[in-house]
Amino acid sequence: MQVPARFEYEKATSVPHALALLERYGPDARVVAGGHSLIPMMKLRLAQPEALIDINDLRELAHLRVEGGELAVGALVRHAELLASPLVAEHFAILIDAERVIADPVVRNRGTVGGSLCQADPSEDLAAAFAALKADAVVTGPGGSRTVPLRGFHQGPYETVVEPGELLAELRVPVRHGAGSAYEKVERRVGDWPVAAAGALILIEDGLITEAGIGLTAVSAPGFTAPEAEDYLIGREPVDAVFAEAGRRAAAVCNPHADQRGPADYKRHLAGELTRRALRKAARRAAED
Amino acid sequence: MQITVTVNDQPYTREVEPRLLLVHFLRDELGLTGTHWGCDTSNCGACVVQIDAVPVKSCTMLAVMADGHHVTTVEGLEKNGELDPVQKGFTECHGLQCGFCTPGMMLTARWLLDNNPDPDESEIREAISGQLCRCTGYENIVRSVRWAAEHTCTPEVSA
Ligand SMILES: Cc1cc2nc3c(=O)[nH]c(=O)nc-3n(C[C@H](O)[C@H](O)[C@H](O)COP(=O)(O)OP(=O)(O)OC[C@H]3O[C@@H](n4cnc5c(N)ncnc54)[C@H](O)[C@@H]3O)c2cc1C
Ligand code: FES
Ligand code: FES
Repeated sequence: MQVPARFEYEKATSVPHALALLERYGPDARVVAGGHSLIPMMKLRLAQPEALIDINDLRELAHLRVEGGELAVGALVRHAELLASPLVAEHFAILIDAERVIADPVVRNRGTVGGSLCQADPSEDLAAAFAALKADAVVTGPGGSRTVPLRGFHQGPYETVVEPGELLAELRVPVRHGAGSAYEKVERRVGDWPVAAAGALILIEDGLITEAGIGLTAVSAPGFTAPEAEDYLIGREPVDAVFAEAGRRAAAVCNPHADQRGPADYKRHLAGELTRRALRKAARRAAED
Repeated sequence: MQITVTVNDQPYTREVEPRLLLVHFLRDELGLTGTHWGCDTSNCGACVVQIDAVPVKSCTMLAVMADGHHVTTVEGLEKNGELDPVQKGFTECHGLQCGFCTPGMMLTARWLLDNNPDPDESEIREAISGQLCRCTGYENIVRSVRWAAEHTCTPEVSA
């Protein structure tokens, strides 16, 4: 039987209350959202926080709306809520594609967007999806809020720019009219973490690509992205040969490790091929708009 | 710390350690052993219960996180001495063999039908995709849920 080590538990009733609790308990306190990454780690004693600050009652972190030309996704939005949102479906097909293949419906009822990104698992699907969308993360602390590009949010496996005493409050994604997006993942079985996955965003104007975003996960792409492949796409025609070349360039920045999900070469191959497929699907969707 | 959790419409107040998992609270503190406990790693779904009418894996939730919430376990599916259509479906269609996965399967099925009263086979398979059954091969589980969908009488507006 797996049992976490002892800890203190506090239920936060507001964001300022959560921040005050984090300050009171110091660096050994951890926030708990859905708990679907943290509680398993505590059961295995890979994490032993001295205090848990439960943020599940903070409805002010559970918003999902378009404001000022941006989609705002509160950190406490559950996977299931993102997947069911008509607003998200209308503007960001990539997020729907990704959510459909994250874990299973029961886990998605509990796990949150903020928890996923803060967990900073090197195979996190949403890290790649939001990196492709060039999202910003809003981090709140005792001194107020700061905005960090998602591509600079992760500092390495299981490390983010969120300091002890701070919270991830929301993600902000610009709504680009006419853009298309998509997410492609290969997993060993339904509901598993990716062997590799790629997300793409594409904007086409007058027959040429004017904006591109690529996100990659589980393949150790720095910042979960491939800027060189994105630059290559700008000004080119949205055709398969171009997408294939972008895929090759994306694969070149990856540094995958062999593990139980597959050998490094296979993962690198997938990074390129899935980038190509995601770009192709995103371009088709952009054309449909 | 002291918590009050409403389980199957009955409030229970207990003193618990924060590290107590919800599955053990239900089984060991309340004696509701219908909720099973399998993998302990949030993969098998034997421990699924509903929190505020939504299925979750109770091995991956702390009992203290359920404070103030409503929990439904398999013991709460039956209403006024009548089995839930889902329970009848599992009986009619041989939806279980050893029964280990069954409580979790039924609570997810209830949630599915509450939100989608006429699901097709693929929607049923998707809903239970986070839950493992080592006996039935899922065929009869899908049939059982379909049976429940077909045998749920929509409440009639009385004249
Ligand atoms: C069986 C299973 C399968 C899964 N499969 C996949 C998969 O295929 N793909 C995938 O991408 N993910 C997968 N996941 C992970 C899951 O999607 C979520 O990533 C996970 O639930 C984390 O979200 P959470 O809200 O539960 O976070 P928690 O476990 O509550 O927290 C995770 C970490 O983030 C911190 N944290 C949480 N919220 C905040 C905040 N607002 N501000 C600051 N810090 C915060 C916590 O302190 C903790 O360190 C799977 C999980 C399970 C259990
Ligand atoms: S015991 Fe909870 S998912 Fe297996
Ligand atoms: S009936 Fe035995 S595990 Fe499902």
